[in-house]
Amino acid sequence: MLEAQDLECIRGDRRLFHGVGFRLDAGELLFLQGRNGAGKTSLLRMLCGLSQPESGEIRWKGESIRRLSDDFRADLCYLGHLNAIKEELTPLENLLASARLAGESLSEDDALDALEQVGLLGREDLACRYLSQGQKRRVALARLVKERRPLWILDEPFVALDVNAVAWLAGIIGAHLQRGGLAVLTTHQPVDIPAGCVRQLRLGT
Amino acid sequence: MSKQQIHWFKYSAPSTFYPLAGRLIPWFWGLFAITALAGLWIGFFVAPTDFQQGEGYRIIFVHVGASWMSMFIYLVMAFWAGMGLAFNTRLSGMMAQALAPTGALFAFLSLWTGALWGKPMWGTWWVWDARLTSELILLFLYMGFIALTHAIDDTRRADKAGAILALVGVVNIPIIYFSVKWWNTLHQGASVSLTKAPSMAAIMLWGMLICAIAMWMYTIAVALMRVRSIILERERHTDWVRELLASR
Amino acid sequence: MLGIVTHTIARDLRLALRRPADLASVLFFFIIVASLFPLGIGPELELLRQLAPGVLWVGALLATMLSLPRLFADDHRDGTLEQLALSPNPLGLMVLGKVIAHWLVSGLPLALLAPVLGLQFDLAPDALWVLTLSILLGTPALSGIGAIGAGLTLGLRGGGVLLSLLVLPLYIPVLIFGAGAVDATVSGLGPGAHLSLLAALTVGGVAFAPWAAAVALKIALE
Repeated sequence: MLEAQDLECIRGDRRLFHGVGFRLDAGELLFLQGRNGAGKTSLLRMLCGLSQPESGEIRWKGESIRRLSDDFRADLCYLGHLNAIKEELTPLENLLASARLAGESLSEDDALDALEQVGLLGREDLACRYLSQGQKRRVALARLVKERRPLWILDEPFVALDVNAVAWLAGIIGAHLQRGGLAVLTTHQPVDIPAGCVRQLRLGT
Repeated sequence: MSKQQIHWFKYSAPSTFYPLAGRLIPWFWGLFAITALAGLWIGFFVAPTDFQQGEGYRIIFVHVGASWMSMFIYLVMAFWAGMGLAFNTRLSGMMAQALAPTGALFAFLSLWTGALWGKPMWGTWWVWDARLTSELILLFLYMGFIALTHAIDDTRRADKAGAILALVGVVNIPIIYFSVKWWNTLHQGASVSLTKAPSMAAIMLWGMLICAIAMWMYTIAVALMRVRSIILERERHTDWVRELLASR
Repeated sequence: MLGIVTHTIARDLRLALRRPADLASVLFFFIIVASLFPLGIGPELELLRQLAPGVLWVGALLATMLSLPRLFADDHRDGTLEQLALSPNPLGLMVLGKVIAHWLVSGLPLALLAPVLGLQFDLAPDALWVLTLSILLGTPALSGIGAIGAGLTLGLRGGGVLLSLLVLPLYIPVLIFGAGAVDATVSGLGPGAHLSLLAALTVGGVAFAPWAAAVALKIALE
């Protein structure tokens, strides 16, 4: 499904990595590891198509993601280390607005259900500015509850979460893989995700 | 294997262009010297004194060429910028960046000589004439391009952002020129018409053409020199630049 | 296709209404600039009447520009812009939505405020009417062209000053035809030609600028 071949990344004068390649099939999870500055986020952004590799190619279902363009993005859900939520809007409004802008239909009931799962029910009408860091992160993660697009690319999804939330998120990702989805994620903490096949990729030496 | 090819394709352009430009530069300097001397000689000694404007008019030999060049260089710059965006070639962005300062210089020179010419002609340093005003705006556009490309640290982003700006500018230049002209005709009275130039002696036209060619040669020579230094700066971590510097 | 444009407009408008101080500061800037000119020039009504079209138009133009850096900066800072760029919808359409929303909270209120300020300059009723109309017609082009500049300078240090350096020369045609329309009314020529040209600039600007801005944003995100 998702294939990367011989990727090279140059930032400014430094070559962050080169010769990076992997192959990920339905139901598989890729753990991306490496110390700070090894280029994990850069690689994730490349996989999304936000930036272009210096050389090499990324293919989705056998076709280059540059060629697929809109079709590839329709299959992709990306969660960066920024939450992409608006401080002025309530969690419910944020969830609905981000679904609409991503071109998906999300009913208000589904959105409330997602917020209940992340433990924010009762705060759905409070502007996000009044939420804690962890709660804001949960608003961002609530997107994943109803997310059915096959490829998830998650940048440090477990940061700022408490133990319960980490377990919950691991379950959500596990369920996604069970449905035949793919996930690429970076993390600094050891997390046990129930997955049939877990691949590891270490950047840098 | 494919990796090798991609490297070859991407890096060969600057690395082969660098020595090529080095060989061409002396020729353009030589042509510049010849045409500049010829043009100035015609301008100062051959062309007759104008019966209306006296000796002061001789500044047009610099002024007209500089105005032509300032407009033409912007087009060439936008052309390279467009090539860079369309084909993602590295050299194109470098060419655009190498041309911008020279274009700005000519726009400034055109305004400066225009002011020097205007003082004895109309008794004022500046008239809000359509052409002078457009030239001023062109200088602003050059300044914007240079400021933008210098504000961005990442060279690839700088090239692409500059390219968009140059292309937007090219689309806008005719609109700006037309609107300024329209504005000028509605506010006549205050300004002096430049378009009513007296019929020009053929020798004067030749002088201007030769001066313009000299400016072309200068532009090419300087742009090539600047491109060479941009190449060295950007490719300083590649093997060929290291070898080049080591061999010196 | 149109759905995504209206969604973007709705979201941006809702955000703007939750932050009314931003809108108010743009309007106050316009009021203050317009009020400074008589103080700098002198109170002779004849002179002020002559200067009014230019002064009010330059004021509206600067006020529009003042609000441009925020057009994409907030979305860039909180990561929303990445999500927009990764949406399967064309980024150009979303930028179009943002440009329209920007106009609704800058150009439109400026146009409604302009006749009140025009009274300070003793403009005749028909000139006030044309002033409002010309600002209504011209400011969408300002928002559109401004979006290109905002995209190009996104995330750069000194981005605000740089933005004005890039955008102001491109604003000149709009300024000429906008102020010219009012001028023509004052001098009895009729504003028709100016207003049609202004409308043409706006149609062109709103149709093409969002796509150029979208390319600029993708470059800025790389």
